[in-house]
Amino acid sequence: MSTELSSHEILDREFLPVRAKILEIAASLDRMQRAPDDVAGDPRLQQLHTAINKLLAEDSDRAEQIQLLFSRPYQQQWRDALDITR
Amino acid sequence: MYYIDPHIHMVSRTTDDYETLAKMGCVAMSEPAFWAGYDRGSVEGFRDYFEQLTAFEPKRASDYGIQHFTWLCINAKEAENVELSREVIAMIPEFLDRPGVLGIGEIGLNKNTRNESIVFLEHLDLAMKTGEQILIHTPHLEDKFQGTRMILDMLTNDSRIDRSRVLVDHVEEHTVELVLNEGFWAGMTLYPVSKCTPARAVDMIEMYGAERLLVNSAGDWGPSKPTAVPDFILEMRRRGHTEQAIRRVVYDNPIKFFSQSRGFVFDPPEVRS
Ligand SMILES: [Zn+2]
Repeated sequence: MSTELSSHEILDREFLPVRAKILEIAASLDRMQRAPDDVAGDPRLQQLHTAINKLLAEDSDRAEQIQLLFSRPYQQQWRDALDITR
Repeated sequence: MYYIDPHIHMVSRTTDDYETLAKMGCVAMSEPAFWAGYDRGSVEGFRDYFEQLTAFEPKRASDYGIQHFTWLCINAKEAENVELSREVIAMIPEFLDRPGVLGIGEIGLNKNTRNESIVFLEHLDLAMKTGEQILIHTPHLEDKFQGTRMILDMLTNDSRIDRSRVLVDHVEEHTVELVLNEGFWAGMTLYPVSKCTPARAVDMIEMYGAERLLVNSAGDWGPSKPTAVPDFILEMRRRGHTEQAIRRVVYDNPIKFFSQSRGFVFDPPEVRS
């Protein structure tokens, strides 16, 4: 089952919602900036910056890439670490 | 359009919700056993809960023309207490032959710990011994990827398991393909702030096809929306998908998956007398 809409139709439909979401992000970042003390060194903010940069990639799996960015990496040897044998 | 919500926790919802869901076309639902928001103190607490799931909820649902099915287990959050988990697993068979019981669920992982893994594996043993289908919860947020991979490792390492009788729930963009490629069913949960939105769920249907995908609201006692499946239906329609394609995801697929359970006796609304 592929998409039924053209990319132009999707842009027509998504332009205003995406614009609104970008403004929400911009305003959230501004709010942090204006507030007292400093979160510049907080790794979560770095994660957000990395995620925002990923949005500009020309890939078609940006949602998956961003999910992985916010995920703990898979430890293939988890069974050894947890002493599980099956 | 008639639809089925394959994952919703109605013990946490009001009778008004049943009425709303019925008005929106919900004709059946399945309710996995889950966490009450606090740890239950004893095996008797679970016995009472299973009584509610297998006797009272089906009655409440049937007043609105909705068929209620259920899954039984001790959930991953309470699995840290291995001793209690073992008592519950030993008691579950008392309920497995009740009408409407579809299998063992929602088992799985929460923080991906050793005790959660032990209790998950012992639930698998129970399901294999009694021939049950399995419904699996995958962890949230940053733990989802590792937890889903651990669950798939344990499932695929067990040659007794028929993959077409296992549903791995709460998949998102980074886990859906892993689950489908291994031959399991995958469920997408539509949650307001975490998990998946209707638009992203339709994206995944468009990318991976509808063959073994289900959508659910997982409505519970937290921020959730029991009417999320109708939101998904509307999004499919707005994107130009046919009624037949929509019906396949929200009606035909749950029936196909559930029909592998001996406890699934479905009375389609089209033929109800
Ligand atoms: Zn659930």
